[in-house]
Amino acid sequence: MFITAAFLLLAAGQAPLHDAQYPDVDIAYGAKVYAEKCVTCHGTQGDAIGGVNLRSGRFRNAVVDRDLERFIRAGSPAGMPAFNLDNAEMAGVIAYLRNMNASDNTAAKTGDVTRGRGIVEGKGGCATCHRIGVTGSRVAPNLSEIGSARSPGSIERSLLDPTSQMMPINRPVRAVMKNGATINGRRLNEDTYTVQLIDDREQLHSLLKSDIQQLTVSTTSPMPSFKGTLSDAEIADVVAYLLSLKGQ
Amino acid sequence: MLNTQRAFAAGLVAIVCLLSFRLNAQITADRLTAAPNEPQNWLMYSGNYYSQRYSPLDQITPANVKNLKLQWVYQSPVAGNWQTSPIVVDGMMYITQRQNDVAALDATTGRAFWIYRYTPAQDRIVCCGANNRGLAILGDTLFMGTLDAQLIAIDAKTGHAIWKASVAKTTEGYSITHAPLVVKDKVIVGVGGGEYGIRGFIAAYDVTTGKEAWRFYTIPAPGEPGSETWQRCPPNSKSFCDPDAWKHGGGSIWMTGSYDAKLNLTYWGVGNVGPDYNGDQRPGDNLYTDSVVALDADTGKLRWHYQFTPHDVYDYDSVQVPVLVDNWDGSSINVITWANRNGNFYAIDRATGRFLLGKPFVKVNWMSDFDERGRPKQTPQGDGKPTYPGNQGGTNWYSPSYSPKTNLFYVPAWEDYASIYSPAPSEYKQGTNFTGGGPRNLSAVPGAPGLGRSPLNTWTDAAGHGAVIALDPGTGRAKWEFRMTDVTDAGILTTGSNLLFTGGREGYFQALDARTGALLWKTQLGAAINSGPITYRVGNRQYVEVVSGLSMFVFGLDN
Repeated sequence: MFITAAFLLLAAGQAPLHDAQYPDVDIAYGAKVYAEKCVTCHGTQGDAIGGVNLRSGRFRNAVVDRDLERFIRAGSPAGMPAFNLDNAEMAGVIAYLRNMNASDNTAAKTGDVTRGRGIVEGKGGCATCHRIGVTGSRVAPNLSEIGSARSPGSIERSLLDPTSQMMPINRPVRAVMKNGATINGRRLNEDTYTVQLIDDREQLHSLLKSDIQQLTVSTTSPMPSFKGTLSDAEIADVVAYLLSLKGQ
Repeated sequence: MLNTQRAFAAGLVAIVCLLSFRLNAQITADRLTAAPNEPQNWLMYSGNYYSQRYSPLDQITPANVKNLKLQWVYQSPVAGNWQTSPIVVDGMMYITQRQNDVAALDATTGRAFWIYRYTPAQDRIVCCGANNRGLAILGDTLFMGTLDAQLIAIDAKTGHAIWKASVAKTTEGYSITHAPLVVKDKVIVGVGGGEYGIRGFIAAYDVTTGKEAWRFYTIPAPGEPGSETWQRCPPNSKSFCDPDAWKHGGGSIWMTGSYDAKLNLTYWGVGNVGPDYNGDQRPGDNLYTDSVVALDADTGKLRWHYQFTPHDVYDYDSVQVPVLVDNWDGSSINVITWANRNGNFYAIDRATGRFLLGKPFVKVNWMSDFDERGRPKQTPQGDGKPTYPGNQGGTNWYSPSYSPKTNLFYVPAWEDYASIYSPAPSEYKQGTNFTGGGPRNLSAVPGAPGLGRSPLNTWTDAAGHGAVIALDPGTGRAKWEFRMTDVTDAGILTTGSNLLFTGGREGYFQALDARTGALLWKTQLGAAINSGPITYRVGNRQYVEVVSGLSMFVFGLDN
């Protein structure tokens, strides 16, 4: 509920994600990333390097998250190597660092990857529209690298309120052609004179707008919400599995 | 015999001297001033001192533009965003290419006569890639600013350097990316580095020796006029405030200025204040950032200024090319017309700096109105709320055009585009990023990473779109608009036959009817167009040039 409320504020452009508003799922995922990549030098309490106390959540050279991201990506001449984290890992680590003081990382809970996979491939019915690896439909966006592209919070919100997280490029389009044909599909690209899409039979089309009588772009996702369909624990499992999908 | 030989030798020397005099006088200062009288050439970055990017050439017309054919292509060897705009002199084309190379080409075939290669210092500091936007010329000498803040004079016949002047220290964050401007016997350049806490300036150098003739700091020192706009930090300030803010106050120069020969004034747009977003640490209006300054071309003394965005917290650089227009709105007033990154179109009396007109050409919410002197009434949107136009502006550095044929001002614009700003204290440290926080774009999916632009326009028009807007310079009202799906960084060229050429991030190069905005011709060049097209004539053929991606394309009509 809190997440939904926070999102509504964001959707209206009312408030950015400030320190206290990092999604729990981002913080939890960040704790895992921290444990894998940061803990060797910085320690479990974030204070293993003299003069550096990560638990403070505040950093002299990284006031805003963008600075923190830049610092992590570039490393430091003082001895920290550069870390090429993907989007999900970066969002997670930043959320975790900002909340390390309030977070007991031993208690941080993330879902179970194996159970999540079972739900995605089973009762979730995700493959009806989505493709992972060589399995599933191509009608909806391919999820093989979703764990690199999206933050944990964004994946979680996608499951609860799909329209809120639908990238504009993925919006469903309906093109009524001047020759009478109608093509329904998902938008892949668009410019001033053309639009590219994949239709509901997985056929790729590149249409000249001059050949289109009416082009309708919907802002509503055709994906159902899993709120109420899956339990909170199952949602966490699905998020954990999707976060494990990092592509080849 | 000896006497005969001596006489012959003396005669030969005299002939050679005469020849060299003739050649050295190839492009005189008078020819630069009278550049509109030789439309076959494109003698400086924006065509002539009025910077209208307009050519009276009219062989290519609305009726025959559909027959344009590719005449030649020149490919740059270095990958990256190629922002150059060439100059053309009597059948020769001179271009810069990344990083700081200069190529001399046959303007009818693209074949190279020579390539001058300059390798900028490895410790150079530039915010936005190895950009160089072009050259200036006088006599047989080309002038190029470099990424490591050098100014180099190059022999236009041989491609060898004649002199090199050190304009500023690159280790302190200074660079030069714009084409210099030659006025009489001086070559004028400014310095980039607005994201690295520089103290900006414009300087003039003797064309023959490279000796500095004058320097105008865009950030006044304490006690100088304008320094009162760098206010003292309030006592017991709760937020971080920098008592030496002026020392690294930005005010970069990264686009070429203009020149009014009758007034002997040269006009330059000044970039953002440093740090970009955190206003608390630099109280005051922060002159002369985000201003146009009118300088005496002989002395560099400030004649007047107008500040578009006082105390900017949005990175609204005012580096746009100043476009000079005579007899504004049917009056006797000669003006500068200016579509600013802050989203407003302006007309300013270029003799006095008097504000005549300010009107938004895109959605603007950082201000509501102007007072009678042209000072904007600012309306900060507050934490987390979107500010229009967004960080990249309603327009940016992309060359606009003014056509005296249509009396319309054409601006490449970003519409329905906003940013959310997160200012943060930023302590100056030499050579490091000094922005004071940062913006993020208002997106339909907050928090979702990975949105991009061309060639896959994953933002789509949900996060803004591009346009060419034709404005009446007398009123600032739009006469027509040509809308694009993706945004545009392409400049605009207009011609005497009422054609308008422009590109965009989508890679289309298109010709519009300058009177109506109707699409007359387009071709897909395969990569974003990031500079302004030019046109020229060699023999009896008119050419149109445009850079897309790593290639320069030149079009013309077949015989």
